[in-house]
Amino acid sequence: MRNFKRHLTDTLLILAIALLFTGLLLLVVGASPLEAFGQLLSGSFGSWSRLARVLNVWIPLTLCSLGLLYAFRSGLWNIGVEGQMVLGAIGCTAVLRWGMDTAAPQLMLPVALLAGLLLGSLWALLAGWLKIRGGVHEIFAGLGLNFVAMGLILWLIFGPWKRPGIASMSGTELFPKALWFPTLEGWRVSPFALLLTLAAIALTAWVLNHSRFGLNLKAVGHNPRAVTLYGLSAQRYMLIAILISGALAGLAGGLQVSGIYHRLIPAISSGYGYLGLLVVMLANFKLLPIPFIALFFAALNVGSIQLPMMLKLDSSLSGVIQGACVLSALLVFGVRRLREGRSG
Amino acid sequence: MNDLSLTILLASVLATAAPLIIAALGETLTEKVGVINLSLDGSLLLAAMVGFVAAYESGSFLLGFAAAAAIGAMVAALVGLFGIYLGQLQVAVGFALTLMCKDLAYFLGNPYARLQGPQLLSVKIPLLADIPLFGPMLFQQPLVVYLSLLLIPAIWWYLYRTGRGLELRAVGENPEAAYTRGIDPRRKQLLYTLAGGALVGIAGAAYSLGIKPGWGRPQGIEGIGWIALAIVIFGGWHPFKVALGALLFAFLQVIGISLQGIWPSVPAQVFQVAPFPLMILALLLVNLLQRESLQQGLRKRPGLALLLRRLQGAPPRALGQSFKPD
Repeated sequence: MRNFKRHLTDTLLILAIALLFTGLLLLVVGASPLEAFGQLLSGSFGSWSRLARVLNVWIPLTLCSLGLLYAFRSGLWNIGVEGQMVLGAIGCTAVLRWGMDTAAPQLMLPVALLAGLLLGSLWALLAGWLKIRGGVHEIFAGLGLNFVAMGLILWLIFGPWKRPGIASMSGTELFPKALWFPTLEGWRVSPFALLLTLAAIALTAWVLNHSRFGLNLKAVGHNPRAVTLYGLSAQRYMLIAILISGALAGLAGGLQVSGIYHRLIPAISSGYGYLGLLVVMLANFKLLPIPFIALFFAALNVGSIQLPMMLKLDSSLSGVIQGACVLSALLVFGVRRLREGRSG
Repeated sequence: MNDLSLTILLASVLATAAPLIIAALGETLTEKVGVINLSLDGSLLLAAMVGFVAAYESGSFLLGFAAAAAIGAMVAALVGLFGIYLGQLQVAVGFALTLMCKDLAYFLGNPYARLQGPQLLSVKIPLLADIPLFGPMLFQQPLVVYLSLLLIPAIWWYLYRTGRGLELRAVGENPEAAYTRGIDPRRKQLLYTLAGGALVGIAGAAYSLGIKPGWGRPQGIEGIGWIALAIVIFGGWHPFKVALGALLFAFLQVIGISLQGIWPSVPAQVFQVAPFPLMILALLLVNLLQRESLQQGLRKRPGLALLLRRLQGAPPRALGQSFKPD
């Protein structure tokens, strides 16, 4: 109970600092903070269709964040999630393009998702290999590979996979409806994707906290040198962790193609890979808060879309709020640690 | 390639490299004292925006650069405060700041996007600019280009030839030992994190007021901060080698632009990502050169071994760790 109270005060404090900072910023640019926050709220939860959009952001963001949690447990900063998501989208598109003319296109959907998962994990494995065998810090390996993935997807969209006649930033040609993941009537959320994400949360909770693998992973993250004494290979655990990370990101990328856009677009990853890092940091690297923070961040992303039209404000306000939340969390956690260190 | 195009090439390499050199040297200063400021990619962009807006509103370049330096130092102050005094992971703070500064730049700079603003003119250096062939190209550059070149020996001198530089390096290598010698490691770390951040800010303004003039979304320097961070590692935390790395990258970038003309069918965006696989390769190379097996093989070739040793550098030993006085 005391723990719960502490988490609640922390959360409220973090939100208060972040909103205060953003409010002041809005005053500086001459906008009304109340109006802006109101727009963010109505833009995200104001109607069922908007809520559906929020959920469509929540799905990939949660998947990426879950994946990141595995990497963080092993002590790795998988900044390459963004690129792993792009590769997942490419893998999914490749299978769907190939399977478009086969007799049973519906059978292609799970295969396409698997292909996305596979390509995403391979891309992550490359970053892990560069780190472990090549000594390239995973932040630079992952980041560099993100840009390479960006080059790859642009090349595909403007080159081999371009729409007949015109190649443009609007992406490849739309897939036939038979290759779309079914959504609920009048509500553009795929129940399958939603269930898949919930399953991923449950599975991650079990793997990280109750399985032998999860416990070993934690040990590796805490002290990679000591675990070798117990016959564990720290490097192997790191590689598996980053592999899982990439697989979940690849899955998210595949769902973006098959469930949301129904084609490949240059911005298919929408920055969710980077945003996922903020989600996990704000969650203080714990699983339980992740789905809720992801929902909050997804709502900010969707709510900010109408800001330019309604208030003539740039939609990057959502990113400012998200960053401010993480920074104030670091401040609150840091001050708490400092005080506990002094009294203890 | 005739003489004229060679000088044009050299001149554009120097100009392209200038902000990169300033930013990478700033980060070198910060990392030498044991702090990682990972926020470069965001703070460069934010400083570029602030510098542009300040110069646009005031009409003064000096104010533009000063505002950019101040904002760079402010972002670095957050890294210092959270990382040094609150003991948070410097990488975590830096990364959060990277993303936030980027969004902050786009958000606050929105009203100034695509405005025609002030732009640094080239300054002719008397006498040198009169040298036939090379002179007019190399010695007629925006002032920041000369600044970047002067900064290289200046930072080196400060780090390796002054008492304060020695203290700086001592804190980065072994803060406990420095502490027992009566140096306050955390104050030193904060000081040089601020100084490094100010240089990063100046580099940002060098883009928006000179090398890539103007402000917009995208600004065209997204990703450069990461390159600068990688160059510091590539240059082994040594000012001369860091500057060399920046020049090398600028050279490859300039060459890349001319390659675009050779393969017009490849979209321009593909060429824009070319520096990043190069960044990975460069870091891979730096690490492979330090391998035992390679070192042993080199015993037979002392000349090559000496050359390679010159190219290497070790990170400051206390890099990224927070020092806690007892």
